[in-house]
Amino acid sequence: MVKIIYIEHAGKRHEFDVAAGQSVMEGARDNGVDGIVAECGGCCSCSTCHVYVAEDWFDRLPPIEPMEEDMLDFAPGMEPGRSRLSCQLTVTEELDGLTVQVPAEQA
Amino acid sequence: MSGIVVVGAGQAGLSLGAKLRAEGYSGALTLLGEEAWPPYQRPPLSKKFLLGELPRERLSLRSPEFYGEHDIDLKLGARVEAIDRDAGQVRFGDHVLAYDRLVLTTGACPRRLPAAIGGELGNVFTLRGIDDVDAMAPRFKPGARLLVVGGGYIGLEAAAIAARSGLEVTLIESAPRILGRVAAAETADYFRRLHRKNGVDLREGTGLRRLVGGPAARAAELADGTTLDVDLAIVGIGVEPAAALAQQARLAVDNGIATDAYGRTTDPNIFAAGDCASFPHGGGRLRLESVQNAIEHAECVGRNLLGAETPYRAQPWFWSDQYDVKLQIAGLNTGYDRVVVRNGEREGAVSHWYYAGRRFIAIDAINDPRAYMTGRRLLGAGISPDPDDLAAADLKTLTAA
Repeated sequence: MVKIIYIEHAGKRHEFDVAAGQSVMEGARDNGVDGIVAECGGCCSCSTCHVYVAEDWFDRLPPIEPMEEDMLDFAPGMEPGRSRLSCQLTVTEELDGLTVQVPAEQA
Repeated sequence: MSGIVVVGAGQAGLSLGAKLRAEGYSGALTLLGEEAWPPYQRPPLSKKFLLGELPRERLSLRSPEFYGEHDIDLKLGARVEAIDRDAGQVRFGDHVLAYDRLVLTTGACPRRLPAAIGGELGNVFTLRGIDDVDAMAPRFKPGARLLVVGGGYIGLEAAAIAARSGLEVTLIESAPRILGRVAAAETADYFRRLHRKNGVDLREGTGLRRLVGGPAARAAELADGTTLDVDLAIVGIGVEPAAALAQQARLAVDNGIATDAYGRTTDPNIFAAGDCASFPHGGGRLRLESVQNAIEHAECVGRNLLGAETPYRAQPWFWSDQYDVKLQIAGLNTGYDRVVVRNGEREGAVSHWYYAGRRFIAIDAINDPRAYMTGRRLLGAGISPDPDDLAAADLKTLTAA
């Protein structure tokens, strides 16, 4: 199990153990983190699982594929160097302690 | 302890229950599901789950612990048979449960082929629930001859997975073309070519006369007189809103359970949301079948149950994955009279923009998330880009307008 920290837009902090192989989005959805809507269920179709990754984590994550890049590029509140779609982040042991923050708005 | 009772533990029911708790509702909350499974995602059933790439536990919308932690009384295998509005109770099996407020999130049921033409034969399946996929799994094997009846999104997605899994696939559509009710000819042309390239025998303007055999269908007789050997059939000919319970309780039903803009049915203590409900829209009524609507409608109704009085404004979107192609749709294309084709920045990206006059109303984006996201934002803001300039327009400029 890998510890992932989720911070809701209003500031509420959750720490969940997420199984390796699941996505960061699934960890949020399964536990009911408010603001991670994940309408498409994790197939990079909707951008409603957008998160801000803590700065010291961004460069340690797997690279952004073109589909995710294009979705993110037009997502509300997108911030280069911080924004990711949490459905595209697969949980591994290396992500232990990853902290992500939910933006004000998803679309 | 009566509180809020939700009938239907699909995406809408779960979203409503979760939203009520997120908004601070602390009263009793019961979620009644007819199936044996806790709330799960349906879209992967015709995609990755059918392909065997997504394990069952990852279909679940919440962890098993979520319900206890949020004090949601989830009762499965609970098929509600009647609503007693005078007593404020629902009945299922031997149980009677009182409610202060009742929400119907009963979803929709797939249309079946009539029994008279073989719809009840043992190897004829629909694709709506986990049990449907489980039932067809033993026959869904490489080399099996599959007949898909219906060229809508469910039928096309099933055909794509089947072709990829090595089945011999024939898809028939009785209308002149696939996606006839839901997409423009340009989008249909793209997917027809895609399926044929992948080996699907796709036949349009070809109805099913009957399936022959028993207890399982062995062959299909088509309206044009040809006969096909079949090992199994998947029927994707649309769904009907699950409104029988509402009808029995004498609530108004009009293409689904009729609600006002706040989700209230003709009984002020009973609400409805998701696939089963029709709501006021543009002078008429609208009913949507999508995950997006199930979530957003249910969350809106949840807030209204707590006193928000927010009218539901639908911002429809939908997606379909077939082979390596992602289709993303935003808006409603009802009443379009023009489709503008725009090639995307990346190779293979194309989008179809629907216009009614000069008003932009919907978009189909194929492997083109930039166009999809732009179209979605324009629709949300009520902006119509000039259709004559669209094909050459820079997307970022459009949204900056």
